[in-house]
Amino acid sequence: MLMTISILMENKPGALMRVTGLISQRGYNIESLTVARTLDPMLSRMTITVDVDSRQRSQVIKQMNKLVNVLQASDLTESPAVLREMVLLRVRATMENRTAILKEAEIFAGRVVDSSVDGFAIEATGDPEKLEEFIAVMEAYGDIEVTRSGMVAVSLESKKLRLAPPVSKHHDEPVEAK
Amino acid sequence: MSTLISGARVLLECLSREGVEVIFGYPGGVTLPLYDAIYDNPIKHVLVRHEENAAFSAAGYARATGRVGVCCATSGPGATNLTTGLVDAMMDSIPIVALTGQVLSKLIGTDAFQEADTFGITRPCTKHNFLVKDIKDLAQTVHEAFHIASTGRPGPVLVDITKDVLMAMSHYTPVTEIHLPGYKVVTDGHAGQIRRAAQMMWESSRPYVYAGGGILASGATPELTELVDTLDAPAVCTLMGLGGLSSSHPNFVSMPGMHGSYAANMGMYECDLLIALGVRFDDRVTGRLAAFAPHAKVIHLDIDPAEISKIRTADLPIVGDAKKVLAKLNRNLKEMEAEMAPLHSEDRKAWWKQIRAWKEEHPLAPSFSTDEIKPQHLMYEIDKLSGGEAIVSVDVGQHQMWAAQFIRFNNPRTWICSGGLGSMGFGLPAAIGAQMAHPDQLVFAICGDGGFQMAIPELATLANQGLPVKVVVMNNGYLGMVRQWQDLFYNNRLSSVEICSFPNIEMLAGAYGIKGRIIRSPLELVPALKEMIAEPGPYVLDVRVTQFENVYPMVPAGGAINEMVLAPPQPVAVP
Repeated sequence: MLMTISILMENKPGALMRVTGLISQRGYNIESLTVARTLDPMLSRMTITVDVDSRQRSQVIKQMNKLVNVLQASDLTESPAVLREMVLLRVRATMENRTAILKEAEIFAGRVVDSSVDGFAIEATGDPEKLEEFIAVMEAYGDIEVTRSGMVAVSLESKKLRLAPPVSKHHDEPVEAK
Repeated sequence: MSTLISGARVLLECLSREGVEVIFGYPGGVTLPLYDAIYDNPIKHVLVRHEENAAFSAAGYARATGRVGVCCATSGPGATNLTTGLVDAMMDSIPIVALTGQVLSKLIGTDAFQEADTFGITRPCTKHNFLVKDIKDLAQTVHEAFHIASTGRPGPVLVDITKDVLMAMSHYTPVTEIHLPGYKVVTDGHAGQIRRAAQMMWESSRPYVYAGGGILASGATPELTELVDTLDAPAVCTLMGLGGLSSSHPNFVSMPGMHGSYAANMGMYECDLLIALGVRFDDRVTGRLAAFAPHAKVIHLDIDPAEISKIRTADLPIVGDAKKVLAKLNRNLKEMEAEMAPLHSEDRKAWWKQIRAWKEEHPLAPSFSTDEIKPQHLMYEIDKLSGGEAIVSVDVGQHQMWAAQFIRFNNPRTWICSGGLGSMGFGLPAAIGAQMAHPDQLVFAICGDGGFQMAIPELATLANQGLPVKVVVMNNGYLGMVRQWQDLFYNNRLSSVEICSFPNIEMLAGAYGIKGRIIRSPLELVPALKEMIAEPGPYVLDVRVTQFENVYPMVPAGGAINEMVLAPPQPVAVP
């Protein structure tokens, strides 16, 4: 099944490699992956969709949480969350079907970002199923070229972020978090 | 203000503050600044003969002491040679810190001489790894590396350091704090779960303790012993857990698994409560999962939450450090004892009777012959002479299994064995590490004739360091374990398993200035072992054993643990 994981991690060299490496190492397959900085430039937010056996979901999360650079990995597959993907699509249009294409794009809340005599470039966002339909419809009009962003997700639950406190070096006792 | 020192000296200052006594390593171009600093530093450097063995020796040191072992290699081939040792330490949760040199930071990515992407290559080989390109990060990173290696579930950590960082001049500022917000270690264990576990233990009619490497990693032998005594439960130690409970403890059954004893595996099969402590339900222990402890509820204690319910769903999970959790568990058990112990005392008696019956039915008994030295006989005599008190480092294969079956380990950290990865060539360098840590203890390196040949270069290290390691080569002329599988599962088509041209050990050892001897007769065995032990320096004993002996009992891969093959099939009489 497709599992959606949201990961908050330290924006450090190699952090992305650790996450993707872990996924292939444990035998799972990445369907999509997006990553960008958060408001705090020291941190990144990653959304991954992975194809895993449903019984393996908690194992995936536990393994992710073991990575030193990962502050929190959460499974959004069945929890309240908004999932979005963007598609950028180029469609070849003839003089006859230009209006029809624009009308279809409007139905999917697509936005024309480039227009030429050859056709249009259209951007659309939505959940993956809606985008699949949009792409199928556009394909009916002529040759298309598609780039998808991969899923981004935001959880609608506020999850408490639990972090490890600093450890004082010489006594090995945890000290008060700043 | 302190004086300016080189990055290499900052590094050594960090190591000395971490209590490092010895580094196992091999120098090279980019580590020249480090070796210049080591030249007059009190930390001892042991020059190995191959970087893989530096990692194995560091792991041997760590396995024998519980302290972090340190190894060192240069960039490129030096670093790539370390990888087997790193994965080995990863699989067995052994704390080591590997230091590697890297080309100048300005040359990274240019395919410079001896450049390799050590950081990328070792990512899946380590618990965590670092690349240091700025002298400002060096001290903090090195201390973080030791912290990560030695806490939680221990493991290998690699620090790759560019040559310019080793050369840069700076001050050493003591590191007072480690802050790794994503590195969360749970050690205490949930009090309610612990109490519930104690209750389940008293409520059980057929409890069974399944103890692994986690007991050793956390130093929980006293607590485990107390638990086994209080509950009077039979206990098995896995290949990684041997010595976690003394092999001489009356409740110790033996090792379970593919080559475990009949009683140990039948106990697993028939128990109604499996008390799994610091184990990971390895496939070599469980066999076919559906038939593993099918009647049992499972209590699973581990410091790594990802191990819980990874293979077998735990009825009662406890995440925590074995020593801390077992201490609390023991208090709970004691509190409930008066009230709950009598509940199933009759069932418990029957359970013990059953375990003893299994032990008598198919004991792990060594076989002897008057014509040739049986491999089991060799292990039996080593056991008798060491009395469960020696440190025994082994390679991988048949000899490893026979050693695990027949040699007792009365103390933790005396059985040094590549369990998870099964790396041949491990035995000798790991013994070197263990002997460095315990110069006055009797240390055996028991190898097969295959694994020994992977480690021959380290005879030079032995001689060089004057370490009195007793190397026993169990020589059957074959890669015995692979031959056994070809025999049993591939119609005995023996493909590339015969070891021809084995060197003459007396001459080979002699070439290094080490004593060596070859024995073939059972009558020579005990005198030769005694002579070896009496020798103050290193010694290599080549023991020619029965060629075609197979290890039994055996649970064929994927088989059920209660369906062991106990003995070789009887030859069919040809009319």
